[in-house]
Amino acid sequence: MLAQLLQFLFSGLTVGATYALAALGFTLIYNASNVINFAQGEFIMLGGMLAVFFTQAGLPLPAALALAILVPAVVGILIEKLAIEPVKGAETVTLIIITIGASLVIRGLVQVFLGKNTHSLPAFSGDTPIEILGATLMPQSLWVMGVTAIVVVVLWYFFNRTLTGKAMLATSYNRLAAELVGINTNGVLFMSFAMSAALGALGGILITPITLTSYDVGIMLGLKGFVAAVLGGLGNGLGAVVGGLLVGILEAMGAGYLSSAYKDPIPFVLILFILFFMPRGLFGAKVTDRV
Amino acid sequence: MPALLDVSNLSIHFGGVKAVQDVSFSIDAGIVYSVIGPNGAGKTTLFNLITGVYKPTAGEIRLDGESIGGKSPDELARRGVARTFQNLQICMNMSAIENVMVGAHLRLDRNLIKAALRLPGLTRRDAELREEAFELMRFVGLEKYRDARADSMPYGALKRLEIARALAMKPRLIFLDEPAAGLNPKETIEVDHLVRKVADSGITVVLVEHDMKMVMNLSDRILVLDYGKKLAEGTGEEVRRNPDVIAAYLGAHA
Amino acid sequence: MQKRAYFGLYILIAVLAVLPFVLPNSFYLDLAIRMAINAIIVLGLNLLIGFAGQISLGHAGFLGLGAYASAVLPTHFGWHPVLAMIAGAVATGILAALVARPIFKLKGNYLAMATLGLGIIINIAVRNEAQWTGGPDGMPVPAFGLAGFELSSDKQWYWVVAALLAVSVWASLNLIDSPFGRALRALHGSEVASRVVGVDVVRYKVAIFVMSAVFASLMGSVTAHYVGFVTPNLADFFHSIELVTMVVIGGMASVYGSVIGAVLLTALPQALATFEGWETVAFGAILMICMIFLPKGLVPTLASKFGKAE
Repeated sequence: MLAQLLQFLFSGLTVGATYALAALGFTLIYNASNVINFAQGEFIMLGGMLAVFFTQAGLPLPAALALAILVPAVVGILIEKLAIEPVKGAETVTLIIITIGASLVIRGLVQVFLGKNTHSLPAFSGDTPIEILGATLMPQSLWVMGVTAIVVVVLWYFFNRTLTGKAMLATSYNRLAAELVGINTNGVLFMSFAMSAALGALGGILITPITLTSYDVGIMLGLKGFVAAVLGGLGNGLGAVVGGLLVGILEAMGAGYLSSAYKDPIPFVLILFILFFMPRGLFGAKVTDRV
Repeated sequence: MPALLDVSNLSIHFGGVKAVQDVSFSIDAGIVYSVIGPNGAGKTTLFNLITGVYKPTAGEIRLDGESIGGKSPDELARRGVARTFQNLQICMNMSAIENVMVGAHLRLDRNLIKAALRLPGLTRRDAELREEAFELMRFVGLEKYRDARADSMPYGALKRLEIARALAMKPRLIFLDEPAAGLNPKETIEVDHLVRKVADSGITVVLVEHDMKMVMNLSDRILVLDYGKKLAEGTGEEVRRNPDVIAAYLGAHA
Repeated sequence: MQKRAYFGLYILIAVLAVLPFVLPNSFYLDLAIRMAINAIIVLGLNLLIGFAGQISLGHAGFLGLGAYASAVLPTHFGWHPVLAMIAGAVATGILAALVARPIFKLKGNYLAMATLGLGIIINIAVRNEAQWTGGPDGMPVPAFGLAGFELSSDKQWYWVVAALLAVSVWASLNLIDSPFGRALRALHGSEVASRVVGVDVVRYKVAIFVMSAVFASLMGSVTAHYVGFVTPNLADFFHSIELVTMVVIGGMASVYGSVIGAVLLTALPQALATFEGWETVAFGAILMICMIFLPKGLVPTLASKFGKAE
């Protein structure tokens, strides 16, 4: 009983950590620009696929992983420079279509150059499972959770203790005011895209040894990251992390106890309920329109 | 005769900010009633409360004796309450005359099926309404914008377009939130005359305005707000002499 | 101004009337039919997105509900296709109405999330219930007949769909220039202004959402019968995006833009097939370029360039 529950919890936390990273990516970009970046999932896919590609090309693991984070970050910057900055202030639908266009381009390019096959990555520290109260935990899960925890702490420090981080936060609260006090808000936008792409890619790399990867895994991962971000209250960093873990856990529990065929819709059913009863998500701020 | 609008002990809090606090006043039918006060005194918030855009934290609002506090804007519209906005709320995706026609929303047959089938009764009524809307545009001095798109009109004209839209509701009570803000002196005088014309047509006018000449010129009674509280109320002369009002406006603490 | 709006309708009718006689072969006739079907769905969706300013990223789900109603009910329960089509539309309408009230208290991105979730749930359900739907492989759909007359040839289908399209364009033009349509556009232009003139905004948003969902469901049924086969792809997220893209590329809040957008995006994959393997990249790039350079969509941008009101 307990062992089974624990087992589901472990797998939920593992995949939830990836969702949390994706949700943080959504949050960063949303705060900087009010854009929902539907290409976020492709960064996750890109991280995993590039890590596979670079290791197969013979690069040592650390170098391969660094490149697999760096390249998506550059892609993120390109999207921001070429497609988001030129249309500042466009309607929400227009922005959504642009980021969906970007996601198709990324997915299409990966499909052309890296193929349609499913790939795996060796686990970072072996495959010997760890026994905890009758449940097994893969070492790679510890990597996923551990790195995510570190990322969260680093991000917290960045936004609360460094000038650049505070400037980014200020921009999300009031763009015009931030510009008036001399913050380079375009720079902030640029930073957010680079950071959220890197976060997504990192999640994609970490999870690949467990769930495998292919050119088309980005859609679902991205959408679930979006669910997590909305669940936590769009724009709230802590909410994104909690939302991600919650989505992961509920999905694992649902797959374990209810039906594995209906694992994928669980987050979406959940989000409908949340939006019906708590329209701003768990931690979202109440907004009063000024007229 | 009871007052048309009766507000008692009205308050609203946003978090810890008490934007309107314990305000009471009443407005008789047929008069021009002005609300004045420094920026941030709670004038627009008061309008938002009475027209249903915000829900009051406490207090009561009565229209013709019926309690209307917390009712939605469309329910208030049904009861003949109209308003304009300090920050323009014109539908830029529509033509000028359509903006006015929207004001007549509640007086029309809004059936979806009939509309899709373009039934003759509906079209005829719509053609009549177009004429009616044009009459209103003429009334507010916008006749030359008959075929204009809203997003091609100058600011001053849009301010008056909002008044025309509000009038299309055939209201009993109209709230004008800074109708002269941002206008040049000539336009301000025109709006002054327009408000007079509206009042003369039998509609009770509630006015928020910073142009004191206009306020003193038009108002039968004046309410002065400061920091969300009622500072004074009375005729122009009474308010002008009130020491608290003088202190608030000159910044001296009497 | 109103008179001129209907001018395009006459052109459309003329084009529809001539088209089957000038199309070189059945490949193009088939393409024309699918364009017209998409155009009808997009007309409904544009009323929601372009005119009322509300997003839906789940409309393919409603399309799928209609399509599968027309496939499953006659096949497994022996229902008459007409009855199945109506049942699908009614069920879609009820579902849309049930979820719409809470959904439309939300705005922008939250709305996008809720509709997207709904579409994905429908799609996965269709994929999983293989004993009824054939699962990922899909299932055949019986032919459509009414009163002893069976719609079989592409020519017949063409005339039916063309007539539906003409009527839909006419009805859309009527609607936007009515009290109902003005209220819809007004709540897009300024929600608070439309509320204070008496528009019950949630009710209007729900009404147009339900209407566009029912449109999609009915056209899903038509698609199912016309193609003779349904697969879950009809109801997937990507298809929802395709439909929204048709709206945005043709032009938001433009009736004729809906038709143009549907025509172009239905033809695009055919045109891109020559790029072998690069279709996805090209499709994505075209979306981005269109949105960056023509953010209002083709028809409104061209109309304002040539100084004509649509």
